[in-house]
Amino acid sequence: MPDISMRQLQAGQNATVVKITTAGELGRRLRDMGLVPGTPLVVIGRAPLKDPVEIKLRGYNLTLRNNEADHIVVRVEDNQ
Amino acid sequence: MSQPGLTIALAGNPNAGKTSLFNALTGARQHVGNYPGVTVEKKEGEARHQGQAVRVVDLPGTYSLTAYSLEELVARNYVIDERPDVVVDVVDAANLERNLYLAVQFMELGAPLVIALNMMDVAEQRGMKIDVAKLSQLLGVPVVPTVARSGKGMDELLAAAVKVAQAREPWRPLTISYGGDVDEGLKELTALLEGKEVRQGLLSPRWLALKCLEADQEVLEKLKEDPALTQRLMPVCQRVAGHVRQTMDDEPESVIADYRYGFISAIARQALTWEREVRMDFSDKVDRVLTNRLVGPLFLVAVLYAVYEFVFWASEGPVAGLEALFGWLGEAVGGVMAEGALRSLLVDGIIGGVGGVLVFVPLIMFMFFAIAIMEDSGYMARVAYLMDRVLRAFGLHGSSVISLIVGGGISGGCAVPGIMATRTLKDPQARLATMLVVPFMNCGAKMPVFGLLIAAFFAEKQAQVMFGLTIFAWVLALIAARILRSTLLKGEQAPFVMELPPYRTPTLKGLLIHMWERTWQYLKKAGTLLLGVSIVMWALMSFPGLPEERAAHYEQALTQASSEEAKTELANQQASEELSSSLAGRIGHAVSLVTAPLGFEWRTNVALLGGLAAKEVIVSTLGTAYSMGKTEGEEGEASLAERLKGEPGWNALNALSLMVFVLIYSPCLATLVVMRRETGSWRWPVFGVVYTTAVAYVVALIVHQGGLLLGLGG
Repeated sequence: MPDISMRQLQAGQNATVVKITTAGELGRRLRDMGLVPGTPLVVIGRAPLKDPVEIKLRGYNLTLRNNEADHIVVRVEDNQ
Repeated sequence: MSQPGLTIALAGNPNAGKTSLFNALTGARQHVGNYPGVTVEKKEGEARHQGQAVRVVDLPGTYSLTAYSLEELVARNYVIDERPDVVVDVVDAANLERNLYLAVQFMELGAPLVIALNMMDVAEQRGMKIDVAKLSQLLGVPVVPTVARSGKGMDELLAAAVKVAQAREPWRPLTISYGGDVDEGLKELTALLEGKEVRQGLLSPRWLALKCLEADQEVLEKLKEDPALTQRLMPVCQRVAGHVRQTMDDEPESVIADYRYGFISAIARQALTWEREVRMDFSDKVDRVLTNRLVGPLFLVAVLYAVYEFVFWASEGPVAGLEALFGWLGEAVGGVMAEGALRSLLVDGIIGGVGGVLVFVPLIMFMFFAIAIMEDSGYMARVAYLMDRVLRAFGLHGSSVISLIVGGGISGGCAVPGIMATRTLKDPQARLATMLVVPFMNCGAKMPVFGLLIAAFFAEKQAQVMFGLTIFAWVLALIAARILRSTLLKGEQAPFVMELPPYRTPTLKGLLIHMWERTWQYLKKAGTLLLGVSIVMWALMSFPGLPEERAAHYEQALTQASSEEAKTELANQQASEELSSSLAGRIGHAVSLVTAPLGFEWRTNVALLGGLAAKEVIVSTLGTAYSMGKTEGEEGEASLAERLKGEPGWNALNALSLMVFVLIYSPCLATLVVMRRETGSWRWPVFGVVYTTAVAYVVALIVHQGGLLLGLGG
């Protein structure tokens, strides 16, 4: 599976973080929340206007805007 | 106190149950203040351990300890500068790895640490089995399992914390590997920093070196005080950064964070076992419904509507009670005092003025109660999630919607709690913008003014006009926010990235504490200033009084009056003339040239001036100005409405222009005080007065002149 940005993930898809492509405050916030390479996550859904997105990782739920999800490169995992 | 007691600093992630734990430890013995120089709330309380008082300081809830956010800096600097005897980090057991990220940073710093492994019950429900002894051994700090909501584990936690505190061991920073490149850089930097006294030699050279590599603004700033040292440090930092970028295509601070999580994952693998994997827990299932494309928005509207119904239903009785109480107090004081300026000051100025605002306290209390339910249940975060896309278009944040609605978005409401609700907003620019537009909303105090004018001039279309004004308020607030965010409050939007905490049933104790804390703060701040302003407003409307010959004229006429009715008529006329010749009246006359294009005459101007203190004052001042005497109660308002209809200077167009002006112009005094409190300076409240009044003028001008052009002024 090729690496894509988190924005392209569909609800219910599993993926693993490959890379965070932004530094500074946003990059720091994403890391603080546990989004580091190797972290598995699943997309729970999106708000009624398709933005922001809700994901689940490390046993908790996180929401971020699509333009923030752009900076997260993920690898899609096969759904069991 | 004979000996200085111990101090515990309470740290932890937001939503980890830190507040519950603080409440469980301290009970009702707590008070709220601010950290010096910043608007971050500081809560302190007292716990008892074997008869000894232990001071508990609640640090702001944070996910990390960097220099990026005010809360994190406050938490970090409190620990560094104040040196609490022990730091208790509240860790959500059900969310172990992310919560340990903060713990690891306290360990890197070296502060004496005890971990409260909270929400053990939730973790078990999720099928997690945590080996507490193993976790404690791997981390090298005491770990105490707790369930703060039911008070479980509090004694053990206190005992462990006191034990660590009493040991008074020197700070022992944790040393972990951050990978070859960073480690080598750290070694070099540590050697350069060895022996340097930074902040009383408390901070380990290795920690400082680590912060240098993380490009921590605050630490770099501090180190710059020694230029020679900085000159030797910087090349090493740059070299390491360059190398990391080249080999890993990443920044040192990212690599450091990754290794921290690596360290945590390794520990979690040994201390945590999943007895069963729950893919969708209860909270996720609820979320499927409540954030659903169709159900989500409908439910949100229903919740907001319910908040309204609840707040007004619950506060109706207490508000009426307080009104009666202040009315009775005014009469009682008036009855025992001789007529004169002093009586007028006490009855009309102080009791009338302060009472007029204090009667809103129940409203505010119940509003805070409703907000606390939304926050503690976890729904507030969903509101932000649902609304963010819409509000972002106007430069606001998903959470701004709460403030706008509390501020009067469904009509009724109050800007004071609305502005206080912006505290949940993490984006400082969006927060300021929200504060500046909340006063446009259709708050409860504007309602009597609209009620009066609509009854007088739009009797057939009451609901439509009221609804129109509400919609107009929203449109205006959103446009104003957009303009503010692209001019004065320009700047990048702060990251939205936000935790959606699991749904929980709030505890009554937690809700009551939340509600009381905020209400008390409102009372303390608004109450003290209110007294002064009430006196000023009273003086403006009472002095200098009638010229002697006019006063004599009324006195004589009163003695000659044939009936009670004639006497009342005369007294009302006198009051009106007194107002006209008062300072406020003179101001009203003076600006009538400016306000004439809006369709306002001096009486309206005086009423608007009074409305600066509180919008409720507008109706009563109009009553005095039109010689109606007191216009309290529905009957009084109805008669004033009749009177206005008959006035030659009044028609539907003037009324509309006035309603629009009242809707928009200057926030009331209580709002300004709260704005000052929340922003930390008078700059924004002053700006708020000026810009809203300017907008009000322009819009009312367009309405009145436009109406005249269309021939509606008849």
